[in-house]
Amino acid sequence: MKILVPLKRVPDPDTKIRIKPDGPGIELDGVKFAVNPFDAIALEEALRIEEKLGEMEVVVVSIGGEECVEQLRVGLAMGADRALLVKTSESLDSLAVAKVLAAVYRREKPDFVLMGKQAIDDDSNQAGQMLAAMLGVGQATFVSKLELIENNTKARCGRETDAGIETITVRLPAVLTTDLRLNEPRYVSLPGIMKAKKKPLEEMTPADLGVAATSRTKIFKLESPPKRKAGVRVKTVDELVDKLKNEAKVI
Amino acid sequence: MAELKSLPPHLIGGNFLLVETEPNLIFTPEDLSSEQRLMAQTAEKFMEKEVLPHIEELEHQEPGLTQKIFRKAGELGLLGMGVPADYDGLDLDRATIVGVEEQLSRLGGFGVTCGAHSGIGTQPLQYFGTEAQKKKYLAKLATGEWMGAYALSEAGSGSDALGLRTKAELSPDGQHYILNGTKMWISNAAWADLFTVFAKVDGQHVSAFLVEKTFPGVSTGKEEHKLGIKTSSTRRVILEDAQVPVENLLGGVGKGAYIAFNILNAGRFKLGAGAIGAAKESLKVATRYALERQQFGRPLASFGLIQHKLAEMATRIFVGESAIYRTAAMMDAVFATGETMDSTTPPFPRGLDEFALECSIIKVACSEILDDVADESLQIHGGYGYTEEFPAARTVRDSRINRIFEGTNEINRLFIPGLLMRRAQRGRFPLVAAITKVTKELLDMSPLSDGGESDELAVAQALLVNAKKLALFIAGVAHQKHGDKLIEEQEVVAAIADIIIEVYLGESAVLRTWKARKAGGNVTVMSDLTLAFINDAVGRMELLARQALAATSQGDELKARLGIVRRLMRWSPLNGVALRRRVAKRLCEVGSFPALVAVK
Ligand SMILES: Cc1cc2nc3c(=O)[nH]c(=O)nc-3n(C[C@H](O)[C@H](O)[C@H](O)COP(=O)(O)OP(=O)(O)OC[C@H]3O[C@@H](n4cnc5c(N)ncnc54)[C@H](O)[C@@H]3O)c2cc1C
Repeated sequence: MKILVPLKRVPDPDTKIRIKPDGPGIELDGVKFAVNPFDAIALEEALRIEEKLGEMEVVVVSIGGEECVEQLRVGLAMGADRALLVKTSESLDSLAVAKVLAAVYRREKPDFVLMGKQAIDDDSNQAGQMLAAMLGVGQATFVSKLELIENNTKARCGRETDAGIETITVRLPAVLTTDLRLNEPRYVSLPGIMKAKKKPLEEMTPADLGVAATSRTKIFKLESPPKRKAGVRVKTVDELVDKLKNEAKVI
Repeated sequence: MAELKSLPPHLIGGNFLLVETEPNLIFTPEDLSSEQRLMAQTAEKFMEKEVLPHIEELEHQEPGLTQKIFRKAGELGLLGMGVPADYDGLDLDRATIVGVEEQLSRLGGFGVTCGAHSGIGTQPLQYFGTEAQKKKYLAKLATGEWMGAYALSEAGSGSDALGLRTKAELSPDGQHYILNGTKMWISNAAWADLFTVFAKVDGQHVSAFLVEKTFPGVSTGKEEHKLGIKTSSTRRVILEDAQVPVENLLGGVGKGAYIAFNILNAGRFKLGAGAIGAAKESLKVATRYALERQQFGRPLASFGLIQHKLAEMATRIFVGESAIYRTAAMMDAVFATGETMDSTTPPFPRGLDEFALECSIIKVACSEILDDVADESLQIHGGYGYTEEFPAARTVRDSRINRIFEGTNEINRLFIPGLLMRRAQRGRFPLVAAITKVTKELLDMSPLSDGGESDELAVAQALLVNAKKLALFIAGVAHQKHGDKLIEEQEVVAAIADIIIEVYLGESAVLRTWKARKAGGNVTVMSDLTLAFINDAVGRMELLARQALAATSQGDELKARLGIVRRLMRWSPLNGVALRRRVAKRLCEVGSFPALVAVK
C-alpha cells in the first residue's frame, strides 16, 4: 500500500500577516512558515494507517521553491518515508496544483491520495476535487472519520456536512480530503527530526513530470479586512434592542 | 596537569578582552539551520499544548502531573539532547539545545524542572562518570524515565559551597560510603530518582556521589514555600546513615570541587538561555498589550515612554541572545576538539571549563535582563499587571530566582576578574602582559582608533576596543594598589566585572550585526539595537570606571586617570530616542522579538 500526501507551505497560523504596500502579496520577512494544518492532519492519518498495516509507504510531496524542503522535512520527521519536491517559482492556482499532483500520481501510482481540504493561506478548497476529476477516481471531501474496509480496497469516510456526519464508501484509488476533527497530528519529535535527515528527498520540475505549471488566475490586489471598531457598552436591554434595530439595523 | 593544547584565539576563554574577533568566526541565531529551528518549534508546541494550559495545576503541584508531562517531554527527546547517542541521547550541540531551552523556560517553572534535570542533574554523571556508572544511569536520565537532581547547597553553605558539612565515611566492610547531613534547596527533590550529592570524605575531601532516592537512609523534607517557580519542587534532602555503594563515588575522592564548579559553568549557561527565552515571551506579551490597551483614546504603544520600554527590552534581549549563541558555538568547538583535563578520573572535557568566564557573564547578564524585562512588562500592564489575570505577575515572581541560584550574581561578578587572575597566575592567560601593554600605551598617549567617521557600527566597535583597554587599565591600577588582596576590594572587582560584561554583550551584538550585513541582509533593526545598547553602555562603563578609580587613587593621580577614562570613552551621543522609536514601531508591526530581528 502507498499513500500520497501533498504538503503545502503556508504562513504559520500564529504569525501576524501584513500586506505588502506595493503590489499583491504579503510581507515575508519575519513570517514563520508551517505545513498547512489540514495537510498535517492528512499526514497524521496516513501515518496511523501505516502503523496499523505495517509494510507500506507514505510519500509526501510539495510544490514550490527550494524553501518547501523545510515542510517536507517536517513531514519526514513526523514519519513519512520519502519526499518529493516539485520545484517551481510560479505561484500556482488550484487547477495548476491539481495538474502537477495528477502527474505525480501517475508517476507514483499510490493507492490513494490523502490531502487537506483546503490551504489556510488562500482557502480555495478546490485542488482535491479537481485532482479526483482529472484522475477519474472517486473522492470524499471533508473527511472527519476514515476506515479502510474490504481488504483495504475501499475507504469508509465520515464527512462533515452542515446537517451532520454523512458516511460514504469510496473505492480506492481515490482522493480523500481531510477536515479538522479527523485527528490531532503528532509532535515532530527530536529523534524524528534527526532521522528525517537520512530519508530520501527527491527534487524534480513540472517539466520532468511532463506538465506545464501555469496559473490561469491572477491576483491583482490584497486588502486587510477592515479594522473592527471598538465596541460600546449598553446599560439596559432596551438600549441594546434599540441599537440593534436602529443603528446596526440587524433586527 | 598535562599541558593544554593551544586553541585559536577566539576559542580561548576570556580572550575576547585581548583580541578582536572576525564576525565570520562567531555563530549567530541567523546561522541556525531549519532542523535546529524545527527542534525549537517542537518545544514551543509542547509548551503550548502540554504545559501552559496546566500551569495552575502545576503550581499547586497536583500529584503525578509534573512527572506525566516530564515523561512526555522525554518521549519527544527534550530531556536527553546533550547526552551521547550510546546512552539514548541525541548528541546535539549547544547551539541547537539553546533554542529548545529558550522555549521550555518561556513561562512558569517547568523549565527549571527540565533544566535541573538535564543540566546539573545529568551532567555530573555524563562528564565525570565511569562507563559502568553511565551504563547504569545515563540512559534512564536521557529518556526521562528517571529524574535527576543536584545536591550541593546546605543550610550553612550556599555561596560558600565548599564549606559543606555533609560527611561521607567508608563502611567497615569497605562496601559503602555512609553519608550524613542535610542538603538544602534541592530542585526536583520531590520527584528525583537520582541525586548527585556532595559530601566530605573523612570530613575534609569534597567528593560527589550518585545517590538513588531508594538507598537506605535517603529522604526529603517538606516542600519549601517559594516566591515563584512554584511548579518546581524545592526541598531538603536528608541523609541519615545513607548507604551509597562505593562504586557510586563520582570522579574520585576529593574531586568534588572540579565537578561542582564545572557543572555550574554549564548550568549558568543554560540558565542564561532559559532567561532569554522567558524575556522574549514577556516582551511579546507586553507588545500585544501595549497595542490593545487604549488610554487617552490611543493605544499605549503610541506613547513615547512605552515605546522606550519596549525598545529597551528588545535591545537587551538582542545583546543577551547574541552573547548566548556566540558562546554556545564556542563551547561546541572546544568540546569538538575532544581534549580533556586530567584533574579527575576519568578526565573531563576541556569544553566544560574553557568558557567559565563567559558562562558567568551570561548568567549575570541574562538573569538581570529577564528581571528588567519582566518588571517593565508588568509596568506596561499597569494595575492589570499586578493581578493574576495576566502572565506578567507570574513572570516577575519566577524570574527573580535566576539572580540567586547557580551562584548568586554577586558571586559570579567576583568570579569574573577572579578567574582571569587565577588563570594568569597559572600561566594560562597573558593578563599581566596585556595590562602592562595597555597601561603603557595609555600613559604614552598613543593615538586611539575611532573607527573612522562614516560607519556607526565601526565607531561602536572602536569604542568597545577602548572599553577593553579600560577594563585592563583599571584592573592594573587596582592590582598595583592592592596586590593579591584585590579580591577583597569587592566593589572595585565588581566594577571591572561589569565593564567586562558590557563589552562581551556589546561586542557579540556588533559582530552579529556585521555578520548579517556581510551576508547581504538588511540589518537596520539589528544595527539600531546594537547602537542603542552601546550608546548607553558608554555612560554606564564610564561611571563604573570613575567609581573604581576614585576608590583606588587620589589627587593628581586620580585626575590623570580620569582623563584617560574620558579619552577612552569619547563618544558622540546618538539620538537614542529616535533609535528606540524606530525599533518600537517595527516591533509593534511584527509583534515579537524573533520577527523583529529577522533579516530581510
Ligand atoms: C528555588 C531554589 C532552588 C535551588 N536549587 C538548588 C539545587 O538544585 N541544588 C543546589 O545545590 N542548590 C540549590 N539552590 C541553592 C542556591 O544555589 C543557593 O541559595 C545560592 O547559592 C545562595 O546561597 P545561600 O542561599 O546560602 O545565600 P548566601 O550564600 O547566604 O548569600 C546571601 C547573600 O550574600 C551574598 N554573598 C554571599 N557570599 C558573599 C561574598 N563572599 N561576597 C559578597 N557577597 C556574598 C550573596 O550574593 C547573597 O546576596 C536553590 C535555591 C533556591 C532558592
